[in-house]
Amino acid sequence: MDYFDRFAVPHPSPAIYASMVAIGLTMLAVVVGITYFKKWGYLWREWLTTVDHKRIGIMYILSALLMLFRGGADAIMMRAQTAVPDNGLLDGQHYNEIFTTHGVVMILFMAMPFIIGLMNIVTPLQVGARDVAFPRLNAVSFWLFFMGAMLFNISFVVGGSPDAGWTSYFPLASNDFSESVGSNYYAIAIQIAGIGTLLTGINFIVTILKMRAPGMNLMKMPMFTWSILITNFIIVFAFPVLTVALALMTMDRLFGTQFFTMANGGSDMLWANLFWVWGHPEVYIVILPAFGIYSEIISTFARRNLYGYNSMVISMVAISTLSFVVWAHHFYTMGHGAMVNGIFSITTMAIAVPTGVKIFNWLFTLWKGKIVFTVPMLYSLAFIPIFTLGGVTGVMLAMASADYQYHNTMFLVAHFHYVLIPGTVFAVLAGFTYWWPKMFGFMLSEKIGKWSFWFITISFNVTFFPMFITGLDGQARRMYTYSESTGYGPLNMLSFVGAIGLAIGFALIVYNIYWSTRYASRNISNDPWDARSLEWATHTPIPEYNFAIVPTVDSTEAFWDSKKKGFKLFGGKVEKIHMPNNSGVPFIMSCIFFVWGFAMVFSMWIIAIIATLGIFACMAHRSFEKDHGRYISVEEIEETENKLRGAK
Amino acid sequence: MKIKWALLTILFTIATVLTGCDNPLMVLDPKGPVAATQADVIMISIWTMAFVVLVVIVLYIFMIMKYRASKQRDDYEPPHIEGSKVLEIIWVAIPILIVAFLSVVTVKTTNEVEATPKGYQEQEPLVIYASSSNWKWHFSYPEEDIETVNYLFIPTNRPIEFKLYSYGPIASFWIPQLGGQKYAMSDMVNTLHLAADVPGDYMGRNSNFSGSGFAQQTFNVKAMPTKEYDKWVDEIKATAEPITEEKFNKLLEPGHVGQSTYTGTHLEFSPAPEGEHAGHSMHGSSDTEKTDSEKSDESTKDSHEEHSEHSNMNH
Amino acid sequence: MKIDNSLPLEYSTEENRLKIFGFWIFLGAEIALFATLFATYFVLVNGTGNGPTGEHLFKVPTLMLQTIFLLTSSFTIGLGINAMRLGSKKAMLSFFVITLILGLGFLGVEIYEFVEYVHEGATIQTSAFLSSLFTLLGTHGAHVTLGLFWGTFIILQVKKRGLIPETANKAFIFSLYWHFLDVVWIFIFSFVYLKGMM
Repeated sequence: MDYFDRFAVPHPSPAIYASMVAIGLTMLAVVVGITYFKKWGYLWREWLTTVDHKRIGIMYILSALLMLFRGGADAIMMRAQTAVPDNGLLDGQHYNEIFTTHGVVMILFMAMPFIIGLMNIVTPLQVGARDVAFPRLNAVSFWLFFMGAMLFNISFVVGGSPDAGWTSYFPLASNDFSESVGSNYYAIAIQIAGIGTLLTGINFIVTILKMRAPGMNLMKMPMFTWSILITNFIIVFAFPVLTVALALMTMDRLFGTQFFTMANGGSDMLWANLFWVWGHPEVYIVILPAFGIYSEIISTFARRNLYGYNSMVISMVAISTLSFVVWAHHFYTMGHGAMVNGIFSITTMAIAVPTGVKIFNWLFTLWKGKIVFTVPMLYSLAFIPIFTLGGVTGVMLAMASADYQYHNTMFLVAHFHYVLIPGTVFAVLAGFTYWWPKMFGFMLSEKIGKWSFWFITISFNVTFFPMFITGLDGQARRMYTYSESTGYGPLNMLSFVGAIGLAIGFALIVYNIYWSTRYASRNISNDPWDARSLEWATHTPIPEYNFAIVPTVDSTEAFWDSKKKGFKLFGGKVEKIHMPNNSGVPFIMSCIFFVWGFAMVFSMWIIAIIATLGIFACMAHRSFEKDHGRYISVEEIEETENKLRGAK
Repeated sequence: MKIKWALLTILFTIATVLTGCDNPLMVLDPKGPVAATQADVIMISIWTMAFVVLVVIVLYIFMIMKYRASKQRDDYEPPHIEGSKVLEIIWVAIPILIVAFLSVVTVKTTNEVEATPKGYQEQEPLVIYASSSNWKWHFSYPEEDIETVNYLFIPTNRPIEFKLYSYGPIASFWIPQLGGQKYAMSDMVNTLHLAADVPGDYMGRNSNFSGSGFAQQTFNVKAMPTKEYDKWVDEIKATAEPITEEKFNKLLEPGHVGQSTYTGTHLEFSPAPEGEHAGHSMHGSSDTEKTDSEKSDESTKDSHEEHSEHSNMNH
Repeated sequence: MKIDNSLPLEYSTEENRLKIFGFWIFLGAEIALFATLFATYFVLVNGTGNGPTGEHLFKVPTLMLQTIFLLTSSFTIGLGINAMRLGSKKAMLSFFVITLILGLGFLGVEIYEFVEYVHEGATIQTSAFLSSLFTLLGTHGAHVTLGLFWGTFIILQVKKRGLIPETANKAFIFSLYWHFLDVVWIFIFSFVYLKGMM
């Protein structure tokens, strides 16, 4: 029986048993539903084996939304627990698991895939390409991410969640102090998803650098594409560091190595350094694409071109470079002396300069514009002042001497939520609403959208602003409870109220999707927002080959020019188009990865070895496979084009 | 737009809350020179940043109010504007100046808080070893040869040098009203300089997450004039029991204990990881190193066993 | 598939060019990966705890043997690619086979070396220094092992399907990978072994 004890949750509570039942029932319902409606074949042919960047993007976004609600549920529980002093809703252990998974899920399984999903859908269209450079690899990326996320999520019902914080500092995360398999899940699930992300990075760099439409030189790319290019460079150089860090962690926990141990020469600070050498660039991986999204939306709805295009590009390059030389500001208090702290303070504050340039450029994009307050624009406009607050508190935190007082407090928590929520969450919500008609052929309701916008924006401030104050009053982060005499009670209650408001806002978004799917008009044009870049130049719904004729470009806003100045976007004539074949191998290989990960988490070596062989077999299969793709004939293209034109 | 006004109101509210009221926030209510320096830096940065926020918000409100579509002619066609060298240079240069100013402040004050506080340099600092174990604090006073658990008595108007280390996960030693925090780690000793100007009771805690008992890992700090402090030390010496290795190991077991006091310090049998006892960067083949590693081997094993015992209790 | 005959076979199609460029980016990521492993090694090199130091462990003969094997194999794979460009399938295959045999030799010596270390009581669990040493060398060794399988697959494919844009592309990319492993070895040779023995 001992053998099976490991699979039990170490700290069961009624909520966890309820979740187990809920998960079981949901899965059963899904399986029964698909079987009843005879959709297995459709699911396999159209989704599980797809290599189409648009479908992969949609799957990324759906998974990200799912994870948003998982992470959001964690957040509500945390706020509920701390709403009143000496609360007994959750015990310490449970609370620790929840804030750990909240952090990991929100950053790695919500923000990243949401960004990558939008990147998948939009980037190839914006550069006028038919797909990404390596469509099959793209499917591998998605399924690895998905399986990593699923593996991480089963931790709370099988074996126990990680409980050492999303930073997972050693020696706390070592076997000595975290005995359950939770931290194994952390090391292995993130590893699997991380490999997928790294492959995405390579794929999109090649796509953007090598597959742009004729005439689109680098300085004529849309700003979103620029942000994606830079982001992917950060991914390619930062993610290997995480790969190594997690591998070392895995070996310390499973194979008794001594990297981060307290004896035999190990160094706990090494983990903190490796983690943040990846972790800080990671922040910019989720922020830079958001900057790109805002640039697109603000210029679309100010009805003006983006102000200061060149300085926008230069500032992003500067931010990405600086992001690699600031990591030590996450632990000024580790005692590396005034000199080192001073240097890292200066590099960190320097990031404020290029970021400031961007803020002013956005403001001046509004100048002499004709601002239309659509839902995407509302998010983008709300972003500017709120993110400024997040940014300036970041400068305050960057000052080492003062950081000794902010470190590990709610002030820090408030700061990074003020950066990440307007920076990333608002951006993906804006981008999601903005590109929704291109993805699905109808618009989301503006009315419900505005309701959820106001709920989210106001509640966000109600939730997180009080934390600046309690932080300065000495409330440390990650405390599952506090006594009444501290006086933190009222402001924490306020945060809880805000959290409820946020939950309502997000629920309204779901309701909006439901309502619009049922009632919204399907009769929309290819360019419902009167936008400026190439993704709006093709049909809605987008044909699988994206563009029947590859567009020619001669400015940053060729599509706008084609509407206003009669620029001819599509010269040339229709030719047969080469497209990649679907493949089930990425999905199957990722399933094997899931099995491998599960076996590793529980040290089931034989299964792990068999799974490893399976993964290599999939790679060998790919090596020997003869796959020349297929051609879509001219007649077929013309037929599709006529049908899509006729639909309007 | 409502939100801008809401933001402005919020800004002014914090400004008033932060600057002066009857119940000031701990970090901004310093009782010693280090915390005072840090509170000054915080206020300087808040005012500087408030200026930045104000500029952004004024521009923002202007743009949004003036250029909304509802205020334009229907046939108004916004112009194509590439950007402006002059303007862009302005909003690069001014932030650089602000950052440069804050950098100077940071470097200067960081050096200040990393050294014996100003005005105290001529005094011999009181050295206190503060070590963390799951989930408590041990304070060893080598000069007085006494040890306390979970509470700290210090003399006012004398510089104090805390030597920080840990018998487990990384902890962070923090007394907000006396000064900022620093990590206590298992393989090295960190030095934190503090001093108290005003007698009183202050909250101290571990602020770095260290497992399930972390929330309650706090300690009381009592600062008092030297005379009273000396009296307290004498009293302890007269009444407290000596600390033994056995007692100390019992204290190290994971869990919470109340306050207690001993004569002698644990440094005699369980030295801090400094000098030849440092946990990392060991090189060479001296005998001491070997015994040291053996010792740490044992201690890891011990703590492991203790820990499993503890988590069994949790089940 | 449009084939551009003015370019070498491995670059002749759009897909091939993308793959080669993509692989260069991948090598960039590999550089970041090995750089992190080297950094870890340098941080922990003095964390020898109870275990032996590099000075005690490193032996000249095995090191020289490994280095000769790998450097020569890098040369022979270059000859292989040259033969491929000249269109000589047979010469190319021979050079590839020699390359893989040399790689196998390298791996054999490395495994022998690891076994020796373990016999001297230096395992991956002994100290932080040894953990980082075994991980750095092991990661390189695992890359070589993977390369052996990959190379074999390519030989089989070239043999069966001849020198066509697809197979030439695979062989060329493999050669980039192999050269990269050689470069990593030069760093290991200088900064791990030579520095450790001095």
